Amino acid sequence: MKITEMSLRQLTGALADGQVSAVEAARAYLDAVHEKEPQVGAYITLTEEAALAAAGQVDKARAAGESLHPLAGVPCGIKDNICTKGVATTCASRMLENFLPPYDATVMEKLNAAGIVMLGKTNMDEFAMGGATETSYFHTTHNPRNLSRAPGGSSGGSAAAVAANEAAFTLGSDTGGSIRQPAAFCGVVGMKPTYGLVSRYGLIAFASSLDQIGPLTRDVYSNAMVLNALVGQDKRDATSLECPTQDFTQGIEEGVQGMRFALPKEYFAQGLDPQIKAAVEAAAKKLESLGARVEEVELPDLEAALPAYYVISSAEASSNLARFDGVKYGFRAKNFTDVESLYRETRSQGFGAEVKRRIMLGSFVLSAGYYDAYYKKALQVRTLLKQRFDKIFEDHDAILAPVAPTTAYPLGQKVQNPVEVYMGDVYTVPVNIAGLPALSLPCGKDKDGLPIGMQLIGKPFGEAALYRAGYAFEQNGGALV
Amino acid sequence: MNKDFEMVIGLEVHAELKTATKIFCGCSTKFGAEPNTQCCPVCTGMPGSLPVLNLQVVDFAVKAGLATNCTIASFSKEDRKNYFYPDLPKAYQISQYDLPLCSHGWLDVETEAGSKRIGITRIHIEEDAGKLVHVEGHGTLIDCNRCGVPLIEIVSEPDIRSAEEAKAYLQKLRAILLYTGVSDCRMNEGSLRCDVNLSVRKKGSDKLGTRTEMKNLNSFAYVVKAIEYEFNRQVSVIEAGDAVVQETRRFDPATGKTSSMRSKEDADDYRYFPDPDLPPICISEEKRQELASQIPTLPDERKALYQEKYGLSPLAAEFLVMRKEIADYFEEAAALTQYPLIAANLVNSEIARLTPEEGTVPVAPAHLARLADLSGEGKLNSSMCKEVLAILFKEDQDPDALIAKGGFEQVSDEGLLRSMAKEVVASSEKILADYRSGNKKAFQALVGQMMKRTKGKGNPALIQKILKEEIGE
Repeated sequence: MKITEMSLRQLTGALADGQVSAVEAARAYLDAVHEKEPQVGAYITLTEEAALAAAGQVDKARAAGESLHPLAGVPCGIKDNICTKGVATTCASRMLENFLPPYDATVMEKLNAAGIVMLGKTNMDEFAMGGATETSYFHTTHNPRNLSRAPGGSSGGSAAAVAANEAAFTLGSDTGGSIRQPAAFCGVVGMKPTYGLVSRYGLIAFASSLDQIGPLTRDVYSNAMVLNALVGQDKRDATSLECPTQDFTQGIEEGVQGMRFALPKEYFAQGLDPQIKAAVEAAAKKLESLGARVEEVELPDLEAALPAYYVISSAEASSNLARFDGVKYGFRAKNFTDVESLYRETRSQGFGAEVKRRIMLGSFVLSAGYYDAYYKKALQVRTLLKQRFDKIFEDHDAILAPVAPTTAYPLGQKVQNPVEVYMGDVYTVPVNIAGLPALSLPCGKDKDGLPIGMQLIGKPFGEAALYRAGYAFEQNGGALV
Repeated sequence: MNKDFEMVIGLEVHAELKTATKIFCGCSTKFGAEPNTQCCPVCTGMPGSLPVLNLQVVDFAVKAGLATNCTIASFSKEDRKNYFYPDLPKAYQISQYDLPLCSHGWLDVETEAGSKRIGITRIHIEEDAGKLVHVEGHGTLIDCNRCGVPLIEIVSEPDIRSAEEAKAYLQKLRAILLYTGVSDCRMNEGSLRCDVNLSVRKKGSDKLGTRTEMKNLNSFAYVVKAIEYEFNRQVSVIEAGDAVVQETRRFDPATGKTSSMRSKEDADDYRYFPDPDLPPICISEEKRQELASQIPTLPDERKALYQEKYGLSPLAAEFLVMRKEIADYFEEAAALTQYPLIAANLVNSEIARLTPEEGTVPVAPAHLARLADLSGEGKLNSSMCKEVLAILFKEDQDPDALIAKGGFEQVSDEGLLRSMAKEVVASSEKILADYRSGNKKAFQALVGQMMKRTKGKGNPALIQKILKEEIGE
């Protein structure tokens, strides 16, 4: 079996018992990267030398008999909004084109300590704003399942790298669906963890109250393995929480017998591609056949999630992105005459159109006289939606829903129509608004052979149940080939 | 001062808290370090960095609130104040907007006009900004050492009606913060700064006029000068039939004048919103009580004690308690003397003046107590007391030995004084005539001559008595 075609579980086994060395694994993946990047374009920056050096270290440590982390020597890609010390972290923006972080994000410290081998930084929508990785300042990423299609976004590079076997796993970030939707478009598995489960320290903030880092992999078990390495309360992130689960692979094979799933009918409303509706409903049947109970439920006010999301995320973004002013780091415009024009020119030239749109929207909703009508109202919607979800979780273990209303659309199709892109987030944003975990995994293909994704939404810290259900589904014919 | 108008003043005071580390990271807060040596990704606002609240900041702010009779919020939060300025790396300041830690407090001040209660609207926590340094030939440089230094902002009600009251309020507030141990209040290092909001109105009116704001005054003297100038300016504007413009004004210490910085029309909209990086601050009743138990005896308590126990006037007692180290010193000396009131006067008139800010009194309390006793027993007059004290300040020593050596004892020899008085009266015909024609002050000139002849050591009471006898009264 080719190294790049092994599942993460297989690869870690092969590395552990010496069948494959870390350097071999790194070379195999780097070869795949060189072969596929001209078509796919998943990465912004490649760190080939550092990868081989890190792999060499792992092999040396293993030869010396040191006890290693299961992920030691595993080649991976990191979304380019996660700070990597000394390695360009651009957020796919001209603004940070040459930004070298002076520190590692907490997740990078954890992964580096585990001995992972970073192959490079993956492409994304600029500052994670977008749904097709088309707002990247650098280049377009192509969906490996069909190169004329968008990979989804904003973690499109991370999803494409996994789908194209250009990494054994990748990290993405999910503010309103940015892990789950590209996972669905590219036919891979992506987890958006409970808000607070994974430290945000070093994740360049888009919307602080919504952002979460999570793994993308080719199968469910592998995803649980990676999440194990990411979680834990971080004293540098005041919003991070103690993780009650020791090991997400524990009990993953126990099946869905007796589990209760909710199917909120609001997730299957107008605008959903009938092929996706059919696929998710078929998945529900599959779960039922495996011993789970599936019930149709109501989730009132779900339609308020999308506008509330765009108000909250844009408001926070307008403040989070204010620091990019040309004074301290990153891009600085050349044609300025005073401080005011330094700000104006730097921000006008350094940010792309979508980022500017969100900053303006966010500044507007926070302005004196509009705060109550927009921002405050959005926070009320947030509280309400949390209650609606809580209600469902009183007697269900998870919610089953589609990830996106469409499968991967042709590149360039929606670039000129931002509202249509926003509408594509309708099924993913409620999870972020409510701070819940959700697992996106393939559940079929459309008539064009494009992957269809479904998501399993859990109660806070309910990741283990989602992996268990996802694994059962995948092992029983749900997986995309 | 125009008699038809009164001023209405509210003060906003920023006090730097005395924590070892910054409000949202572990960097040192020490003053005076080389530029940009006390900063990290968090306080310089590097992408991806996150703030974590230093809980000692909350404790200190709550203590300041408890010491100023505030209500402590059980639920509070931090908000972002968004604006662009090169000294603000994140382009927002983390502050508190609608739910401050402390509110509805007050403190009492003492002026010549009597005692008065000034309301405190709120006390909230926030981070300081960096410092812009303009270097000839290098443009403007940014020192981030101060970024993230913890501050409390203390906002008063518009209860202040004169520059004296404003000064008394600031002195009292400073004393309370120093007593409570939450701030060093070093104005020269910028750890205490004051914004003055001032409007004027016709006396008797209960309507507020249009106010102006003067920012970042870093000495009490500037506050007084700025208030006096701004009051007169606003009155002139109104008397000329014009309207005061709501604006921020700059006070120039060199000219003593204020000038317009920017008007309300170009005021920023700070787009405050709750900081999503920071969870709310919850203070339990147990925590509040724990912090309350750590508040030491405060100036007002001491003041009341001194008035009652030693018979000090309110003003003298207030002055005595303003500096904790001076009041501590007084208490030690007072316990050792039969004449604590004399000791209090010596402390207020001499010791407080001669002891530098934050310095310790170099004279042993027992030595001051001894001087008070000698003075009270009529063995040392007040000017000799002061002279001896001045020597003790330079080199502390046993006052009895010093007095014996130097001859500071009071001259109370009635025979000697009477013979001197006869000479003085005989040689002062003009003064006597002046005195007898009704100028009672002329008598002091005779006393002065007596003091001169006794080299300042004459017993003042005895001199007065003998002189009066000699001029036939």
